[in-house]
Amino acid sequence: MYGALWRALPGPWWLRLLLVLILVAAVLAALVLWVFPWADHFVTPQEVTVEQQ
Amino acid sequence: MKQRRRVSVVGVIGELLITAGVVVLLFLGWQVWLGNLISGNAQAEEAQALSQAWDREAPAEPAEPAEPAAPVGPGDPIVQPAPENAVAFANLIVPRLGADYTRPVAEGVNADVLRTKIGHYPGTQTPGGVGNAAFAAHRTGNGSPFYDIEKMQIGDSIYFEMEAGWYKYVVRSLEYVHASGVGVLDPVPQSPGIAATDRVLTLTSCNPVFTADERIIVYSLYDTWFPRSGGAPPEIAALAQASAAS
Repeated sequence: MYGALWRALPGPWWLRLLLVLILVAAVLAALVLWVFPWADHFVTPQEVTVEQQ
Repeated sequence: MKQRRRVSVVGVIGELLITAGVVVLLFLGWQVWLGNLISGNAQAEEAQALSQAWDREAPAEPAEPAEPAAPVGPGDPIVQPAPENAVAFANLIVPRLGADYTRPVAEGVNADVLRTKIGHYPGTQTPGGVGNAAFAAHRTGNGSPFYDIEKMQIGDSIYFEMEAGWYKYVVRSLEYVHASGVGVLDPVPQSPGIAATDRVLTLTSCNPVFTADERIIVYSLYDTWFPRSGGAPPEIAALAQASAAS
């Protein structure tokens, strides 16, 4: 999969590396900005109050 | 000519699984460190903005020409009523939790409020009032205002900064209760039906950290207050200056 991506990228190796780094940065940004805050809602305990049960 | 490797199904699945593992590790790092750093900073900035707005409304008057300061208390504190749901009305300043620890406090304890702020239990007292002023905040995620709350020690200062000034409380005890332990919100905590004579502060969060099985409770007693015209309390003067300068 990643091998195929590497081969699909154009240009010499350093240009491919640059493109890969940009792609990785974009994916990381998307994770931190949107995916993780959304997933956090399901994972961490949300109850911090005392309530009549 | 390089030999072209075939993309195998097993290979793709393997790479996907490795990717998923890396993403989970990244999530953990984000959850315990980066995410809290980001939203914690956002909360501190919001608290400083509130502080500046209050300063603009009531600038500190220049100190009166030196009269020998008699050890007279500032009198009974001004008690401000709680605002509408989700409206920020105070900053919580806790030197034990960090020299620059200041977090905004809003009315209400539903999930939306607690995602970005410390929440005030509706119907409980507000800072300075006789009775029990109760607040809740997250210990994991959402900026974790109370992540280190179990480190509070007896005698630690807790300040509320509000429009009228700073209200100082002193930590008296910690308690651990079940999630149904609403007795901590009584005007005299754990004493239903008793009329309040003291000014009590109750902070609640989840316990143990990263779970929600129990609640950790920090009780504090009112000590004194500092009207805004007289400037910030000495213990947190550096923090007040920093927010005024930024």
